[in-house]
Amino acid sequence: MSSASSSYLLTGLTLPDGTVSDIQIVDGVIAALGNSRPNSSGAQTIDFSGCVALPGLVDLHTHLREPGKEDAETVLSGSMAAAKGGYVAISAMANTSPVADTAGVVEQVFALGQSAGFADVFPIGAVTQGLNGETLSEIGAMADSNAHVRVFSDDGSCVHDPLVMRRALEYVKKFGGVIAQHAQEPSLTKGAQMNEGEISSRLGLKGWPAVAEEAIIARDVLLADHVKSRLHICHLTTAGGVEIIRWAKARGIDVTAEVTPHHLLLTDETAKSYDPIFKVNPPLRTQRDVEALREGLADGTIDIVATDHAPHPAESKECEWQEAAFGMLGLESALAIVNQTMVQTGLLNWEGVADRMSYAPARIGRYASHGQKIAVGAPAHLTVINPTQTYRVDRDLVASRSRNTPFHGMELTGVIHGTFFRGLPTYFSGKLTSIHSQNRIEIQGGATL
Amino acid sequence: MKHLLSINDLSKAQAIAILDTAQELARVSDGPMKKLPTLRGRTIVNLFAEDSTRTRISFEAAAKRLSADVINFSAKGSSISKGESLKDTAQTLQAMGADAVIIRHGASGAAQRLADSKWMSGAVINAGDGTHEHPSQALLDAFTIRKHLAKSAQDLNGIKVVIVGDVLHSRVARSNVLLLAKLGADVTLVAPPTLLPVGVESWPCKVSYDFDSALVEADAVMMLRIQLERMSELFFPNAREYSRYFGLNGDRVKLLKPTTLVMHPGPMNRGLEITADAADGARSVIVEQVSNGVSVRMAILYMLLAGAPEDDLAGVNKEMGAML
Repeated sequence: MSSASSSYLLTGLTLPDGTVSDIQIVDGVIAALGNSRPNSSGAQTIDFSGCVALPGLVDLHTHLREPGKEDAETVLSGSMAAAKGGYVAISAMANTSPVADTAGVVEQVFALGQSAGFADVFPIGAVTQGLNGETLSEIGAMADSNAHVRVFSDDGSCVHDPLVMRRALEYVKKFGGVIAQHAQEPSLTKGAQMNEGEISSRLGLKGWPAVAEEAIIARDVLLADHVKSRLHICHLTTAGGVEIIRWAKARGIDVTAEVTPHHLLLTDETAKSYDPIFKVNPPLRTQRDVEALREGLADGTIDIVATDHAPHPAESKECEWQEAAFGMLGLESALAIVNQTMVQTGLLNWEGVADRMSYAPARIGRYASHGQKIAVGAPAHLTVINPTQTYRVDRDLVASRSRNTPFHGMELTGVIHGTFFRGLPTYFSGKLTSIHSQNRIEIQGGATL
Repeated sequence: MKHLLSINDLSKAQAIAILDTAQELARVSDGPMKKLPTLRGRTIVNLFAEDSTRTRISFEAAAKRLSADVINFSAKGSSISKGESLKDTAQTLQAMGADAVIIRHGASGAAQRLADSKWMSGAVINAGDGTHEHPSQALLDAFTIRKHLAKSAQDLNGIKVVIVGDVLHSRVARSNVLLLAKLGADVTLVAPPTLLPVGVESWPCKVSYDFDSALVEADAVMMLRIQLERMSELFFPNAREYSRYFGLNGDRVKLLKPTTLVMHPGPMNRGLEITADAADGARSVIVEQVSNGVSVRMAILYMLLAGAPEDDLAGVNKEMGAML
């Protein structure tokens, strides 16, 4: 049955362009498209009627916590959460312990991802040593390593020194790299807990002004313009930030930007509960910001959705708000939230989703084998979603090692039915299976010929 | 009503009921036998994770006058100073059978976290949480104002209250604005722009940067404590300049109406936000605020724990009739 385990016929799918098609996968590659194709190749047939097929999702912003905080997440558990969420490639942020600021650490994370076998794990390198904001890390060595790092970020901290930022932007031009900035002016956000506005003032929680984010974005697009380099802005959260990016793009500056699913859905109203499950960096903003982010994602000002998946152990959230850690899970619910906030609302079609969650993030990260259109000859990275089916989020059922999902108890629209990574089902029929143990998989609901 | 976490938990009628009950209970405190048997056999924990003198002693006295067993639990010398989490502390108190926890905590929302969690089942009373609220302080301030100035025995309709100082970091100011506005008072906040929160325009009060023009009309002037470390955070240049524009001194007291009350929740920084002649002068009710605090906190405990109908005083009157 070795041929059966690497050959599938997926039937009844709607492609991003709206056409209904079967997809034939052979040896990790899309072998054929079209309707009512007779199955003569001994492939396993899976009926996906009513579902949409997307190019496998790519996340440009994931915290996998390994090395250093394996109680919260590991490369393996995070990869499994990714597969369950429809992702075939994720990008491991550098703020681990030790920090991913040398070739050794990024190669280790890359290798752990490969041996896990649920998704490609592309390490992001730190911009500065130990995220200190002062001295550049071994950027060239990381770029030349087995991990082929192209994205560099001090995420969690802002590269706030303008000279350091300028030098980093210049330095990565050598190999077509990009600096992904966590835009947060530190002196305006010392001790900050949530969006600064009417709600923070009433709650007595220290405010995090929108300008602390926007001032850095404005500075950095000007720097990127000056040195003619590539800038990516992580997790945009404010209406003002969207306007600055729109202006920069109109001016021809090479800038891209991301938005997280939680910033597309939740607002600072959630802080009224004082439940730190809603505490995140950057903070949840106002409804006006949410609407501007959705609009920006629809018109392409914001290039991608990135999860900022940030697992934390229970004790980091079961406490007072100001004691709690920043961050929330994202991988497993991202596509449902994008479906709900962008597709069901008519703001974005499936071709748009494919772009924002697969083509564009792969292009920004230079992940050559990912983010390709569903076409004959393309690598068979696929995500299958039933866009009208609903489910209730249950934190006890997540694949992640942590449970800090802010969506617990919420009903979301859009259920993932399958994730195919290199032509193999890493997630199907409720089961997670590594590509390295596919001989043990039993496909249910599909006929084997 | 199970908990008192914020003034928003109280309707106007409930707030007035607490003030009325406190008024009755004050008679007990003035009498020869200061104790009522109401909460006999109930256990009340004073959980003070942040330093406090008057609020902790005031709640302790209130609980003891209602015959409750009181356990004091302070950060210093307890497992909190060893880094025990709020969750573990709460579960410990639950295991010891606390009927109510009076919590003072440096984190905004700590009282609500305790009440909303499943860590413990008793009543939670917020005795000051971070820079959020201090509802019992607002109730005792309203009680003091009503006692001296109210035209009716009910609300504070039309009374002009000026609250001066570090509104941004003040839980006393937040609770007072909510309560005094609810009771019909006309509240004005006076502070340098740096010490007013973003979005203060949405609060049910007026805002002024000019103490001298605001104080002329005031029926009560409430001074807030200013912490000296605010200077290093650039909220104002130095203590002298703060005092010059926002301190209550003898000259400003002369501009007040003869009946205007001078109030301060304590502890005072004498010479900074208030001078001795203002704090100790004829208009000052600062010491009286402390004694009113005990009666008001008795009323809060009575309402939350004695199962009394929330806007009915028959219970307490009957009980006191039997006592006196």
